[in-house]
Amino acid sequence: MKKILLGNEAIVQGALEAGVQFVSTYPGTPSSEIGNVFSKIAKDNGVYFEFSTNEKVALEAAIGASFSGLKSLVAMKDFGLNVCSDSLIPFCYTGAKGPTVIVAGDDPSCWSSAQSEQNSRAFAYLAHIPILEPSDPAEAKEFTKLAFDVSDRFDLPIMLRTTTRVAHQRMPVEMGQMANGKNQMAVGEFIKDKKRFVTLPPRVLEMKAELLEKIEEVRNFTEKSKENKIIGKSKAKIGIITSGVSYLYVMEALKELKLDLPVLKLAFFYPLPEERIKGFIKNLKKVLIVEELEGFLEKEINVLAREANPKLQINGKNLLSEIGELNQIKVAFAIAHVAGKGYKIPKASPDIPKRFPRFCPGCPHTFVFNAVKKAAPEGTVFGGDIGCYMLAGMPAYNLQDYLFSMGSSIGIGHGIKKMTGQKVIAFIGDSTFFHAGIPALINTVFNKSNPLIIISDNRTTAMTGHQTNPGLGRTGMGEITPEIKIEDIVAACGVKNLKVIDPINQQELESTIQDFLNKDEVSVIVARRICIIAAKKNAKENE
Amino acid sequence: MSLAEFVLLPPKKMPKKMNNFNMVIAGVGGQGLITITQIIAEAAQAEGYEIRTSELHGLSQRGGSVETHVRFGGEVYSPLVGLGEADLVLSLEMQEALKVFSYSSKNTVFLVNKKYIPFENNLPEAEVEKKINELVKGEKHLIAASEICQKELNAEVVSGIYLLGYAVFNKLIPLKPESMLKGISEIVPQKYLELNKKAFELAKKNG
Repeated sequence: MKKILLGNEAIVQGALEAGVQFVSTYPGTPSSEIGNVFSKIAKDNGVYFEFSTNEKVALEAAIGASFSGLKSLVAMKDFGLNVCSDSLIPFCYTGAKGPTVIVAGDDPSCWSSAQSEQNSRAFAYLAHIPILEPSDPAEAKEFTKLAFDVSDRFDLPIMLRTTTRVAHQRMPVEMGQMANGKNQMAVGEFIKDKKRFVTLPPRVLEMKAELLEKIEEVRNFTEKSKENKIIGKSKAKIGIITSGVSYLYVMEALKELKLDLPVLKLAFFYPLPEERIKGFIKNLKKVLIVEELEGFLEKEINVLAREANPKLQINGKNLLSEIGELNQIKVAFAIAHVAGKGYKIPKASPDIPKRFPRFCPGCPHTFVFNAVKKAAPEGTVFGGDIGCYMLAGMPAYNLQDYLFSMGSSIGIGHGIKKMTGQKVIAFIGDSTFFHAGIPALINTVFNKSNPLIIISDNRTTAMTGHQTNPGLGRTGMGEITPEIKIEDIVAACGVKNLKVIDPINQQELESTIQDFLNKDEVSVIVARRICIIAAKKNAKENE
Repeated sequence: MSLAEFVLLPPKKMPKKMNNFNMVIAGVGGQGLITITQIIAEAAQAEGYEIRTSELHGLSQRGGSVETHVRFGGEVYSPLVGLGEADLVLSLEMQEALKVFSYSSKNTVFLVNKKYIPFENNLPEAEVEKKINELVKGEKHLIAASEICQKELNAEVVSGIYLLGYAVFNKLIPLKPESMLKGISEIVPQKYLELNKKAFELAKKNG
């Protein structure tokens, strides 16, 4: 029985078939639907699910569940890995007790990402974490199960790395049996084992040695894994090595070019099945490595070829850019080039004006920005943060002079305010404030800085699809929980200039901005009004 | 709700060696492109084809240009339609049809909603229409779906379903109307199902 699933839905299905017991996430495109689906179905499938405050906490919660023997999954977008890396690296040292899978969604071409075009494969080198790369929803499901299996065999956390075109691809997927009994939420037990869970020197160095040994064991496993496979029986002297969604482009391009070349499709980016690769390249004259973003695979194969086939001509990033996602056209061009065939790149679109995303009509952020536009004097520096309010950087507002990572509007704003005489307004949303804004706010108070911080509290995590957050009094499983009030946190951090304003009261907002911009101490406005889309959704649900 | 509880379609025989059908759907965030994409995928599955679709989620979709890709046939790998390879461009807005023009060739059929959603620095409506007529060398259908749906059903929101009906009944998509209706029933929430079916049938009536 097959059902059409989105890549992220297929990961959920795979996790359920593997018998996942604990799931945590912080929403981020292209991984958000994993949390959205679990939020709806966790209870009925005997799974504990939570939206965590940020990715570091999400991973730590999963580590706690894993140390208590439970099968755990944690999902995030690529930048989430950066946030949780402080705990990710030691987690590879201790290893997982309950099998643990970390899903990370990269976004080549930055379709839904500010800040950088990240290639999260690099975490393999930093953390020694095995990485699996599915190419489509069917594989996303199977590789999720495989990841749990490998994690179980080797007591290591496993990363499932997707990209936008895998996570947001739909295709029919074979539906298997769910492993859990309905409504049977598992209870774990933390059995004390200092040797295993405490990462202190000198033990930590032993742990590193154990980790490196485990990685070699996983490598032996990947040498035999049928998921690292050669497609076709071609004896051609030109071969292709690829993985993830690039594999689909390779197959499409070969079909279009009517070429029959051997393709080595890798499921594991790390650890690589080195002997399999050497065997594949041994008798080739040329090889093309088809991978998106930086050519990590190509560098590895360069090293392997030195021993296996020093004369091998290796192509990859000489033909395929490190920037932007691939597609069958780019790949067909590269294959044709290596195969010495002609290939014409199709024409581009006529140049027409670009339609940028925009604030929804009635969006509460627009009330905030309208008031700021009127109240802030010439020369004020505006700090942006991660959320729908990034759109303030576009015309007609143009209220964004820097934009970085979650919570950084406050941290950077403090640095500018402290070291210049300029006025600074930092914008941040409710979920982003909980995620990473609080330590930066404490820092501004502690270090006697005085930017104006406007927390635009639209009562939801809007950008990623209206997930709940700690300010809303409802958990990811829909349970009632104490509502954490942003103004209470701000006051507790020692902020004296603090006002909660409904931004629809434009005059009050404008005069407060003018007043607060002249304060010697940090000031905070909580601009509270529900997201217009969330309000409509709530009204529909209550109908 | 559990994932297993979804109704599953019976598997059917795969047609042999059918050329893949490549479709690009364009529009503005919020016009319901993903729903249309899902409906076509379900319809194609009901007829036993291999299917892959691609879409984007997140902030970039909020009132900005959106495109989804649908491919079905006997052997489909990439979820993306290659440049120049679309068999059908279905655009819910006129300027967006131009935006995805590079997926077309002289053999591509354009089905475009005669709907103009302005934005800063956009081209004037008359110029957009002129450009479409100039650029599109092949078969084109400029249909006032939004206007028709607003007038006859008091619901502009189903204009995409109307166009889907138009495409099927005029054989611009090689799928059967029954399969598409099945897809609509699978994907559209019960509450809005009747309205959507009406829009679909309206396209048949209007021809």
